This record gives sequence, C-alpha cells and structure tokens, in this order.
Amino acid sequence: MNKKKLIFITGAVAVGVVVQLLISSGVINPYFAQILTLMSMYAILATSLNLINGITGQFSLGHAGFMALGGYFSAILTTKLALPLPNFLMFPLSLLFGGLVAAAAGFLVGLPTLRLRGDYLAIATLGLGEIIRVMFVNWKYVGAAAGMKGIPGYTNFLWTYVIAVFSILIIVNFIKSSHGRACISIREDEIAAETMGINTTKYKVMAFVIGAFFAGVAGGIFGHLIRLLHPNSFTFMVSVEILLMVVLGGLGSITGSIAAAVFLTGLTEALRQFSDLRMIIYSLMLIVIMLFRPQGLLGTREFSLDMFSKFTKKAEKAER
Amino acid sequence: MDLSAKTIEFLQQLINGISLGSVYALVALGYTMVYGIIKLINFAHGDVFMLGAVFGYFAITMFGLSFYPALIVSMVICAALGVVMERIAYKPLRNSHRVASLMTAVGLSLFFQNFTVYRIGAQPKAFPRSAPVNWNVFGVNISSRQVLILATAVVLMIALHFIVQKTKMGKAMRAVSFDRDAAMLMGINVNNTISFTFAIGSALAGAAGVLVGQYYGVVNPLMGTLYGLKAFVAAVLGGIGILPGAMLGGLFLGLAETGVSAIGYSTFRDAVAFAILIIILIFKPAGILGKNTREKV
Amino acid sequence: MKRKLFLIIALLMVASLVLSACTSKDPAPVNNGGDKPTGETIKIGGILEMTGNIASFGQSSRNGIVLAFEEINAKGGVLGKQIEFVLEDNKSIQVESATAAQKLIQQNGVAAILGAVASSNTLAAAPIAQDAKIPLISPSSTNPAVTEVGDYIFRSCFIDPFQGVVMSKFAIENLGAKTAAIMTDNNSDYSIGLTEVFKEAFTAAGGKIVSEVAYVSGDTDFNSILTSVKNAGPEVVFIPGYYDSVGLILDQAKNNVGFSSDIVFLGTDGWDSPTLFDLAGDSANGTYFSNHYSPDADSAIVKDFIASYKAKFNGAIPDALAATAYDAAYMIAAAIESAGTTDAAALRDAIAAVQLEGVSGNIKLNEKRDPVKSAVVIKIDGGAQTYYSTVEPN
Repeated sequence: MNKKKLIFITGAVAVGVVVQLLISSGVINPYFAQILTLMSMYAILATSLNLINGITGQFSLGHAGFMALGGYFSAILTTKLALPLPNFLMFPLSLLFGGLVAAAAGFLVGLPTLRLRGDYLAIATLGLGEIIRVMFVNWKYVGAAAGMKGIPGYTNFLWTYVIAVFSILIIVNFIKSSHGRACISIREDEIAAETMGINTTKYKVMAFVIGAFFAGVAGGIFGHLIRLLHPNSFTFMVSVEILLMVVLGGLGSITGSIAAAVFLTGLTEALRQFSDLRMIIYSLMLIVIMLFRPQGLLGTREFSLDMFSKFTKKAEKAER
Repeated sequence: MDLSAKTIEFLQQLINGISLGSVYALVALGYTMVYGIIKLINFAHGDVFMLGAVFGYFAITMFGLSFYPALIVSMVICAALGVVMERIAYKPLRNSHRVASLMTAVGLSLFFQNFTVYRIGAQPKAFPRSAPVNWNVFGVNISSRQVLILATAVVLMIALHFIVQKTKMGKAMRAVSFDRDAAMLMGINVNNTISFTFAIGSALAGAAGVLVGQYYGVVNPLMGTLYGLKAFVAAVLGGIGILPGAMLGGLFLGLAETGVSAIGYSTFRDAVAFAILIIILIFKPAGILGKNTREKV
Repeated sequence: MKRKLFLIIALLMVASLVLSACTSKDPAPVNNGGDKPTGETIKIGGILEMTGNIASFGQSSRNGIVLAFEEINAKGGVLGKQIEFVLEDNKSIQVESATAAQKLIQQNGVAAILGAVASSNTLAAAPIAQDAKIPLISPSSTNPAVTEVGDYIFRSCFIDPFQGVVMSKFAIENLGAKTAAIMTDNNSDYSIGLTEVFKEAFTAAGGKIVSEVAYVSGDTDFNSILTSVKNAGPEVVFIPGYYDSVGLILDQAKNNVGFSSDIVFLGTDGWDSPTLFDLAGDSANGTYFSNHYSPDADSAIVKDFIASYKAKFNGAIPDALAATAYDAAYMIAAAIESAGTTDAAALRDAIAAVQLEGVSGNIKLNEKRDPVKSAVVIKIDGGAQTYYSTVEPN
C-alpha cells in the first residue's frame, strides 16, 4: 500500500516536472501555462470544498472568503513585510501563513454555526464571505478598494501542481482515517452518528477548518499568480463556481472534483465569448444535476485504474 | 412647536429606518413561511423579489398600468412563479438530503438572476413613478413615497395575518408546519398547502419588489441577492418560522442599518447585518421570539 | 443507473445547444474594414468589459475602437496593411483580464493592446503586457498607478488628480462655494482617490469640508447618509461616483430628504450616462460634472466623430468612453505609422512621442506616459448635458 502510494506520488510529481520543463523551454506558451496553473489551483479549491460539502455533508458557501483571507495574508508576508528569505522558502511559508489565517477564521465561524443544523452554515458562510470582502475594501494597509499591487509573481505551474498533489493527498488521507469515517457518518445520518458516540460538532469543525485552510493556500497561489489582489476577485460567484465543480464531480468523489475542476476551468476559458450565457448554463446544470442525481454526477465513486480494468473486462465480455 | 436640530435628525432617520425595515419585513415573511412549513431556506426568494420589481416595471412601462394594478399583477405572477418553482425544483427533493435542496435553491437563484441579466441587461432601469409630495412636519421631511410603502406593507401584513389565522387554508398551513405527517393523517392535502404557502410568500416578495421599485425608482437584476440575504437575517433575528418575528426582525434590521449609517459607518452596514446574524446564531439561534427546541429523532 | 446518467448528459447538451442557438451576438474577434484585408494584417488586441457589472462602459469603448479602425482601414490602413482588432471579454473581473492579456499576446500575437476600462482590470493585465514587452494603452483607466506598472503602459485619458482639482476650482471660482460635503463610493478606488484630491484642493483654497460620508456601489438606500449631509449644511456636494448610484442619490436628495435647490451637486466623468437622467429625472437639473469631452464642443473633429458614430451605431450619441477609446485607437495607429514597424521597442518610443488632435482634446504624453489635456465641465439642464466650460491643464 505504502509502496503504491510512493510510486503514485513520484509519478505525479514527475509529470509536473516534465510539464514545467516544457513550459520553461517554451514548448507550452505562458497562456497555456497560466490555464494549467489555474486548473491546479481550482483542483485544490474543489477538493477542499468537497471535504466540507461532499464528505461531511455540510453546506458552505464561503470558499471565496477563505481564499481572499489566504491571498491577502500571504501577500502581506511577501509584499509588505518582505522578509529576507530566499523565494523558495518565502513562498511556501507565506502560503502556510495564509492558510492558517483562513483556518482560524473558519474555526471562529464554524464553531458556533456548526452546532446548528446545516442550513445555518450556508447563510453564515455566505455572510462571512461578504464581511471578509467588506473588510478588505476598507483596509487601507492592503490597498482598500484599489487592491493590493506589486505582489511578486512567485506562482508558477510546478509550485501550484506540487502543492495541489500534496493537498489532495492530505485530504485523501484524512478521509481514509478514522476522523474521515466519522465525517462520512455525519453526512449519512447525523443523529445516528451522535448516538454512536461521535462528537459531531468536533468533526464538522475539523473538516470545515481543513477545508478553509486549503482554500487559503489556494488564495495565496492566486494572489502570487495575478500579482494583484482586489476585493472584487472574491465575490459570491467564485464560491458558486467552486461549488459547481464539487457537484459536477460528485459530492464525495475526490477524483471527480479534480476532473471537474480541470474540465470547468478549461470550459470557462473556451466559452469566453459566451460569458453572459455561461452563468445561465452553470445554474441550470446545478439544478438539473441536483434534481436527477442529488449525489452529484459521479456520486461518491472515484476514478481509478480498477474502474478502467473493470470497464475493459466488461467490454471483452460483450465482445464474446 | 420647535424641535432641536438633533431631534429632527433623529426623527428623520427613524422614518428612513422604518421605511427600509418594512421592505425587509415583507421579504422576510416569505422566507419564514417557507422555512416554517418545509424547513428549507429558499435562496431564490430574494430573486423572486427582484422579479416582482421587474414584472411591476414591465406592467407599468409596457401595459401602461398605474401603481396599484401593477402591484397586483406582479403579486399574481410571482405567486404563480412560486408554485411552479416549488413543484419543479423543490417537491422532488423533499425527502432527499437537505444539502441537495439547498443547492437547487442556490441554482434557481443564480438562474433567475442571470436569465434576467441576459434578457434585460445588467444596467439599472428607472422605475416609472409620479413625483412625490413632501410634507414638512416640525422640520421633519416626510415623502408621500415613504407613506405609500409603509401603508401598503401594513395592509399586506394585516391581510396575511387574516389568511393565516382566520381561513381554512391558514389553519392547514399552521397544521402542516406543526407536524406534516399528522396533518396528512388528518386529511389535509399537504402538497396543496405547501404550494399555497409558496404562492403567498412569493406574492409578498413580489409586492415588496414593486414597492422598492417605486420607493427608490430603480430596478436592477442583481438587487435580489442583497435584499434576500438581509431579509433572511431579519427572519432569523425574529425567530425563523414565526410570522410576527419576521416583521419585528425586519424593522429591527432596517433601524440598525440606518443607525449605523447615521453615525458615519455606512460602508459597514452590510457587514453589520451579517454580524448580527452570526451573533444571534451564537447566543440565541432560535431568534428573539423563538423558543429553543431540541431536534427529535 | 447508467441510463439516467446518459439522460442527464443528453439534457445538459440540449440545454446548452438551445441556449447558444439563442445568441446572435457577433463572436469576439471583430474583423473590420469593408474590403478583405490583402496579405498580412496588423493585429491589435482589445481587453474590454463586454459583460459583467460595467459592461456598458466596455461596449461604448468597443464601439469607439471599432469605428476608429474602420476609418483607418478604409483609408488604406497603416504601413499598407489593414488593422485587425481582436477583442477579448474580461467579464469585468481581474483574473480574466490577466488571462485575456496572456491569450492575446501568446495566441494571437498582437502588436499592442487597448484596454481595459476599469483601473483594477488594467492593473491585472498590465504586468503581463509589461513582461512580454507589448505596449498597452488604456482608454479610460484614470488611476495614476496604472502607468506606473512600467514603460510599456500608456493611457489616452487624463488622470484622477487633475479631475479633482478641476471640480474644486470650479466650486470655488464659478460657484463661489465656501463649504462642501463629499460622498464617496468606498468600493471604488476611483472615488476614494478623487475624494482625497478634492479635499486637499478645496481646503487649500480656503474652503471647508463640512461633511464626509461614504456609501458602497450597489446600495439603493441613501436616505440616511443624505440626512447627515443635509444637516451639515454644505453649499456644494461633491459625489465622485458612478452614474447608477449617483442617479439614485440625486433623486433621494430632492424627493425623500428634501434638499433645497440652492445646494449644488458636483460630479466627475463617472456621471456620464443617459441612465443618470432616467434614474434621477428632474432632480438631475442644475448639477455639474467634469468630463473628457462634450458632444456639444465646437470643433470639426468632434462633429465628424459624432456624425460617423451616429451613422454606424443607430443614432447613438458617443459618450466619453467611446471618445477616449477612439483616441486610443488613433494613437496606436499613428504610432505604428511613425515607427514604421510593429517592433515592440520602436513602437513604445513612438507611442511615447505621439502628438494627436483627438476628439477628447490634444493628446501629448508626459514623462509618466499620461496625456496632458483639457477637461470640460458639463451642466445638466432640462434633462440633457450642456457644455459649460473647458478647463486647460496648467
């Protein structure tokens, strides 16, 4: 098992290095590099939201807010304080800091609201996202309404990709641990879980805080990619787009979230000229998927090699 | 009688706050009714409110109706829309996981909003209306528009109270809200009752939309979200599921926002609404008028 | 199970097909010019807010640019080549502006970029253009920080500090005001910047700011802040904001809060939209605002511009955004012509040296790559904009 995982990690990182080499040598131009980077970033966002919405069965709408917190606070570290550290240390440190601030905010909001039923979390996180935005609009130190300029462009494809691989691994490990199982039991039946002696509030808060942390990390990546942080980059619509990725990929399916993040980011770019229709299509997709497949398009199923071999076996059988 | 400048300003702000609060109260009523009966936060409610304003706008500009007929037309269309919305999007999910219906509600809200943007554009439209009459009472300026919005809101709330307390349908609504299964066993048509609740709630939102249109003179496809959220805060503040609570919460929120603006923190007034929400969720989740209840298995 | 899945996918596909069939919008790359361009063309990119919350600004700007390039192409283009305008929509958001800049530079190989409208969007696109050494001219980003990004970033409009000074001077010299109130849109750096400049200029000239209040764009209720302003008793109220909020403020001031007509409202180029009259009605009469150009101005080039704009866009009167975008398009064409090449460094130097009589005044860039040009003050009277005066830069 461990060996398999190690091979997987090495393989995944190797792919990233090869792609980065192609980017550096100019085979892949900066435009595609930026899209690939955004895809990796959205994969982090979608899997972290999936942990809250899909695995634990809570409903958070504030992912953009956590992203903003992470983005701004990591940029404060790299841009405002400009600690005398080499870039390769500075950047991960700032991302970690941004993630921790987001996690702290998630804890502060999650603790009171997660004691209550799921619906309140939705509104409270939505409100939180808005409060965070208003806070940054009024905060002169980080540029207020003009946004924060002059952020160093540390983000490149390899950084984002490797961080995405490791975030996803951490989330998967969490899900497979006993904590993760407790979270799943809350999703399936909260009252039954509580009867079994699971401290539901504790696990809900835990999942929520981890989700917020990775949203913060993704926010830091975003800030150092665009080199400008503006409060308008973190509106409710951003949360909705991440939510759609989770739903499309299946509530509870990590591979599904990754695939959906890659697919929707690409689609958004391809549909650039139809952007006024894009949101109509997205909202219809959300409704239709929920009506016909409330567990999301893929449900909790995961993409894997086994699935592929099963499929080929079936095809072989059919041929015979 | 002469009032001091401070008193005049205070009274003026009080009138501003009550006018704003009565709009929140009308929208909050719909939230609270729907939540009371099927325990669902209808995210799309704020957009029904927006559509109410849009319908009112078209009733006046395209069909040349005057204010009250336009108000009634808009209420009727919104009621129908509410029923259709419930039947298509919420009824199939009534027994599945609540996250599913919440997401559908978010999807519906986005759909209404973006479809309206697509049809009429994101530009704000001027809501046609006649010039107001201003009265000067002891130095306090009262506009006929403020009187109109308050009077209409009060009349609608009295009508709602009558429907819920005195009619057969109202009795059925209260029964379903209290215990759906028991109500069904008593021979109440639960589906019709829920549809009726959606109709009434949406009609009130539509009315609020037209009132806001005529008060501020503007219709904008994106105005539903913020009003919807604030109305929800008002509903939670008063105690969700409780009708007088929604009215109280709405007025309180309107006054709180006006107060915050009056002392010079107007940019924080949206944040204040959400801060109130989070505070109430921490200290008294059942709201001002609500009683704490334990969830039963 | 599987069948259901197929059904959903099929439904989604049908839905998106139907929706996309409904659109009859012209696709993004707009190829202008009556004649088919022969041989090679010069590609100029555009990053504009075609959708999203300030879509009307982006659309006016596009019209201005399209008109300018059409005229240039009809006269034979530049360097004997036709200009091809490649437009990307940034949806009025920052990240899309950055991606659009990457796409135009890497995929389309444009020689220069025009855009974006909002300063925040330009600031997201500018570092990418600067890194790739592709000149970028913003037609209407008035924030001074925009051209500070680097030596490849230019603009064709005046900057915020100038406008604030113009209105402060106007309030004191033309209206004889001693006291003023300011209403700031705290969501917009444009508004915040202008507030600072106006405050400084007004107090330096001996005036007094009696009240400062803030709102955020998207608000509909201004009664309570207007009540505070009214009670402070200013002679003029300066609102450096956008027309959608300002329209509501003017209406609520007169009709709900009961401002007397002696109090004069002053504004800036964000007021320039017919929607302001729709929203404010008669309450807009008697107000003044500064702008880049006035359609009433008595010059031949403006008259020609308005006539051809009207002919092309169904009788619409061009606003200031169309005018500055039109000028930006002519700036780039003139620079390519004088550089004799589209080579980046030569083109940059040519833009920096460009001198042009534009519809929004004479354009000559200073060392900060900002044009030094006149502003006009417009009075709103009888529900229409009327030209009041021109203020020259000092």
